Amino acid sequence: MHRRRHRLLGKDAAAGWLFTLPVIVILGLFLVVPVLMALWVSLSDWTGRGSPFSSQVGFVGLRNYSAILSEPGLAQRDFGLALRNNLYYVLAVVPLQTVVALLLAVAVNQRALRGKGFFRTAFYFPSVTSAVAITVLWLFLFNDNGVVNKAISFIGLNGPNWFQDPRGVVHVLLSWFGVDSPPAALTQRGPLGVTPWEWLAGPSVAMSALVLMAVFTTSGTFMLLFLAALQALDPEVEEAAMMDGAGAVQRFLRVTLPQLRPTLFTVLTLGLIGTWQVFDQIYTGTQGGPSKTTLTPAYLSYTSAFESQRWGQGAAISFILFAIIVIFTVLQRLALVERDPASRSRRRRAAAATHAAPAEGSVR
Amino acid sequence: MIPTPRITRRALTAGAVPILGLTLAACGGSGFEDADSDSGGTGSGGSDAGSGSGGALSVLIGSSGDAETKAVKDAVAAWSQQSGTAAEVIVASDLNQQLSQGFASGKPADVFYLSTDALAGFAGNGSIEAYGDDLANKADFFPKLVEAFTLDGTFYAAPKDFSTLALIINSDLWSAAGLTDADIPTDWDGLHAAATKLTQGDVVGLSMGAEYQRLGAFMAQAGGELVTDGRATADSPQNIEALTFVKSMMADGSLKFAKDLGAGWGGEAFGKGLAAMVIEGNWITGALSNDFPDVKYRVVELPAGPGGKGTLQFSNAWGLAAGSTNKDQARSLIEHLTSPEQQMAFAKAFGVMPSVQSTAEDWSAEYPDLAPFMAGAGYAKNPPAQAGTSDVIADLNSQLETLGSSDPKTILNSVQTNLQAALGG
Repeated sequence: MHRRRHRLLGKDAAAGWLFTLPVIVILGLFLVVPVLMALWVSLSDWTGRGSPFSSQVGFVGLRNYSAILSEPGLAQRDFGLALRNNLYYVLAVVPLQTVVALLLAVAVNQRALRGKGFFRTAFYFPSVTSAVAITVLWLFLFNDNGVVNKAISFIGLNGPNWFQDPRGVVHVLLSWFGVDSPPAALTQRGPLGVTPWEWLAGPSVAMSALVLMAVFTTSGTFMLLFLAALQALDPEVEEAAMMDGAGAVQRFLRVTLPQLRPTLFTVLTLGLIGTWQVFDQIYTGTQGGPSKTTLTPAYLSYTSAFESQRWGQGAAISFILFAIIVIFTVLQRLALVERDPASRSRRRRAAAATHAAPAEGSVR
Repeated sequence: MIPTPRITRRALTAGAVPILGLTLAACGGSGFEDADSDSGGTGSGGSDAGSGSGGALSVLIGSSGDAETKAVKDAVAAWSQQSGTAAEVIVASDLNQQLSQGFASGKPADVFYLSTDALAGFAGNGSIEAYGDDLANKADFFPKLVEAFTLDGTFYAAPKDFSTLALIINSDLWSAAGLTDADIPTDWDGLHAAATKLTQGDVVGLSMGAEYQRLGAFMAQAGGELVTDGRATADSPQNIEALTFVKSMMADGSLKFAKDLGAGWGGEAFGKGLAAMVIEGNWITGALSNDFPDVKYRVVELPAGPGGKGTLQFSNAWGLAAGSTNKDQARSLIEHLTSPEQQMAFAKAFGVMPSVQSTAEDWSAEYPDLAPFMAGAGYAKNPPAQAGTSDVIADLNSQLETLGSSDPKTILNSVQTNLQAALGG
């Protein structure tokens, strides 16, 4: 009896493996194997000709990584600049797009709103448009004589020449207060060959235009995620809070928002990944310029490999980028983790319960 | 609600995919099969359509437009008819990327446009065949062009055509400012004076792209170069003098970079009437007749600097893949494409200058208005093409964008350091 069940289980297992085989093969072929190949390339002196596994390709250990990370030179400085640019991009885009997406979702979720469907489509529209098309549109809008600068001139100001302006916004702000050149202490060689003054520059004006574009295009997608979560919420919980005398803002911040935590995590994670990998806009729009202030690791990885024929360094950059994304995601997960593991089931119970026992779990 | 841990995993996987896209593309079609092809054959049947003797040729070009595409297609088709070898012309959307992909997969295009920027990289990894020294008409090419495609004493590929920089002057703005033929600048002072007079209202006297590929002409006029005989000479007093002169013109507003005028490049600034003079190459003539047919202009040689006359020249060559399965036919195709008659046909079709000296006079006679471009060939300098220098020049360009607010000496010192690293001393 016991043995027969075991054998049956074995049969089931075989069938199970058979059914999952196509996916395993496809994922293996298109995901795992390329990852390993790329890892090998990042550790080798492959020059981009023929197979990276041919006998002429040698193992060079971490030399490609050290060329980027520890050897003073152009490759290191480029990587430092790319990292700085992308860091500011992430720091600007992720919070902005999350807040905008949440606000849009709340707005579209209003019961009283007329033409809900229209707004939902309108907000989502940029997300389904190709990044290339939007980049071209942006280049026109933010041209020196473009619509944006015309609009700015109506209020009597002179808009910058957006995509050609390499000044960091922090530097621009400082120059308003008369600080035009860095104190000597900030011009010393800094990490990755980039001086502290350059690290502190903030996103360039050109990068700021790309930040706005990212917020414009991705907020719609994330709005949809928030909207789905909002619609799945139990209205009774909110009603209960209302009965307890919570105001609208309080209800949103202390009742609705905590319930959105899993969605928030998804949105932030996807946002982090997307922003660290920004490539299309750079490739079609700015090509890293002006003055390398829109250079990003993803684009640098591409140019090192395809244009400079330094394939090992290109692969190494993409693995460093991968590590950065993992680290940021873990950090973010730690920051958002629910402190009490029992709370989820408790909250679910609370949500299911009537307003007699309202806020114990959800209003945390 | 979706449980959190699963999202993490899925999100991380999603994160990995785009990274790998790069590698996937890089590995192209070859996958694991050892496509290393020193012996010349990939063993997998060569290029796609294997008809004719030794297989069809593929020709990968980066075209400037329909005129160029058609001219190349016609020329290749004519050769096919003559030789009996089929050949297909493919227009690349991103030439260097598609070339790299072909070399990595072991199935490269047989014949392709090869820029001086890409030469060192592809020569370094053995992707391209060095056939230049075997060419029957080697002596006919301009020596400076041969030099542009020579690395460590090996002449790699036949230059297909070339361009030089000259000064383009808007005739209407010129006469409106009260200037005559006698004012055409022959030295830096003359240039500065003319530009100052032309700077009126919204029009700036002189403009160009903020890049070494334009400002390098001033270095040449001052008698400087970034690389002299294989050694870095970026921080030479001549180069500093050149950038300082440019900066002085920027300081009084008689020179503005094209991007500061809201134009993508010098030609656009010129066509839109934002600049009365620009420093550009032959390609501007095609762009002006297409986009700004009403603008009247004349082309003159660049003024001489303290070091005499100087300009830069740019060239592309016909590259031949080391992994090509039909090298003999490919070479014969290249010989056909670089023949004087064919080059004149290309010149007529899309405004380039032939790379062989025997047609120089014909060309100048045919296009007297553009003769200054050809005159530049006599004293033009090549941008450096050694391995690693294209990154250094990209970095220099990123610094030149802010020349107005930075110190020429600091810029050139950093370039010197980077160049020394690239050239190995």
